[in-house]
Amino acid sequence: MNPAVLIASVYVFVLAAFLGYQVISRVPPLLHTPLMSATNAISGISLIGSLVMAGAHYPLFAHLLGFAAVTTATINVVGGFWITDRMLKMFKKRDPKAVGAGKAVKS
Amino acid sequence: MSPATLLMEATYLLASVLFILGLKAMSHPDSARRGMFYAEAGMAAAIIGTLIGQHIVTWVWIVAGLLIGSAIGAWMGITVPMTAMPQRTALSHAFGAMAAALVGIAEFGIHASDMSVFTRGALGFEVMLGALTTTGSLIAAGKLQGVIKGTPVQFKGQQFLNLLIGIGMVGCFITFWINPAIFAAFYTMVGLALAFGVMLVIPVGSADMPVVMSLLNSYAGLAATATGFVLGNNVLIIAGTLDGFSGLILSILMCKAMNRSITNVLFGGFGSVVAEASSNAGGTMREIPLEDAAIQLAYAKRVIFVPGYGLATAQAQHAVRELAELLEERGVSVKYAIHPVAGRMPGHMNVLLAEANVPYSALYEMEQINPEFPETDVVVVIGANDVVNPDARDNPKSLIAGMPILEVDHAKSVIVLKRGQGRGFSGLENPLFFKERTRMLYGDAKGTLNLLVKAVEQT
Repeated sequence: MNPAVLIASVYVFVLAAFLGYQVISRVPPLLHTPLMSATNAISGISLIGSLVMAGAHYPLFAHLLGFAAVTTATINVVGGFWITDRMLKMFKKRDPKAVGAGKAVKS
Repeated sequence: MSPATLLMEATYLLASVLFILGLKAMSHPDSARRGMFYAEAGMAAAIIGTLIGQHIVTWVWIVAGLLIGSAIGAWMGITVPMTAMPQRTALSHAFGAMAAALVGIAEFGIHASDMSVFTRGALGFEVMLGALTTTGSLIAAGKLQGVIKGTPVQFKGQQFLNLLIGIGMVGCFITFWINPAIFAAFYTMVGLALAFGVMLVIPVGSADMPVVMSLLNSYAGLAATATGFVLGNNVLIIAGTLDGFSGLILSILMCKAMNRSITNVLFGGFGSVVAEASSNAGGTMREIPLEDAAIQLAYAKRVIFVPGYGLATAQAQHAVRELAELLEERGVSVKYAIHPVAGRMPGHMNVLLAEANVPYSALYEMEQINPEFPETDVVVVIGANDVVNPDARDNPKSLIAGMPILEVDHAKSVIVLKRGQGRGFSGLENPLFFKERTRMLYGDAKGTLNLLVKAVEQT
């Protein structure tokens, strides 16, 4: 890695850290579980590194390690986003009709 | 730069922007879902961009990995119950970290000799963090699932052993950093890091899991960041850093909510309380007949429910919502008070209640609700203990002294639903249970709540 690229990467890292702090601090405790699930799915972006390992012109051992990494990263991406959505769907505002509907089912 | 490479870089930039927008939308429950669609679109774009822009020669491993991973991911997405969310999340930290570690090891195997000093350092971090997070998260998941006993594992000389492993791990890291020809140093580091992850989590008790979960989240993110540095890939750096900082912020919040430092959580082995700590508790606990409790609730003006992890283990979320709705129909104002460390991971209790159709506008954070307790007629504590222990506030000698609590002892009356007369996770006595205004209602939370619903209906 040449120094120019390195410096640019460090810039990106520091700015992302700063931005992350700003953005994440605004997430209410109400949503902390979906947040953890979502950031986890997003960091599954390491999948793109795994894809290269599994498919580019490399020896077999790299393909095998890459294959395992593709699998685990994909589990995180697919499972993570799926579960996050399932959780977020459940957070509802107070719905006056819902109370009545619940009663109708009971009686 | 070829057009394919340009396209790939463009998708990476797009993905970075969409990830940030997605997390920004998490600031409110109404926009959060839309935000996740942005993030998903970003992810899809980056994957397609990579497959077009990189020189892929073998497709079989890629397709196999994507298919198997998607199948397992979708299966988990559909089947994992909300109560098991902490285990699922711990497992996903393990998977994410494992992916980073595997890519790092492969990278080392291919490029070890022609790497710059800096890249080698980043690679070391990637593999070390990845390996220790993998085993640490697996142990955490095992403890949460109950496969491994949740009690802290401690033995004589443990801290010394940890120190040795830690020094050995860092020593190997430095050795191969200086001289990449010593392959053994690299692989020894991987082994030691795997062991270190186990040692890091076994002494931690179940009640401290929210902190450990957040910390492992942070490590998994930073491992992805390091991967980004190794590959010179900015979208990886950005996504990993967002994940890492999110975990870090959550760890700090969780520690604050327990008034503990991170080192104390990791090395303290809380929950294994050996000595009988001094406590203000004493006297007799007064039981209340079910009918009396129902009448108290039915004729109250303001009621606050305080759910703890006991609510989740008893699967009583739906029962409590039913009782709350019944009371609301009678004109009682009902709120829920959520302590930051209620449950096994940050925000866990909110998800469990949301699943039981409790509207999020009825869920209140500790700071919001504490001033309201003095005007509250009845507080119902369900399977919570330490988070309502007045000793934390009043008794400087208590093991949980200084931990912020829900001040339910200020309410006009308190009803505590509890399985039996035993103590909570921490093994501490709770003076709340002996107060004049407190009444105990023993039994399984779900059964008791269902009986309360029937009793209130007849009042």
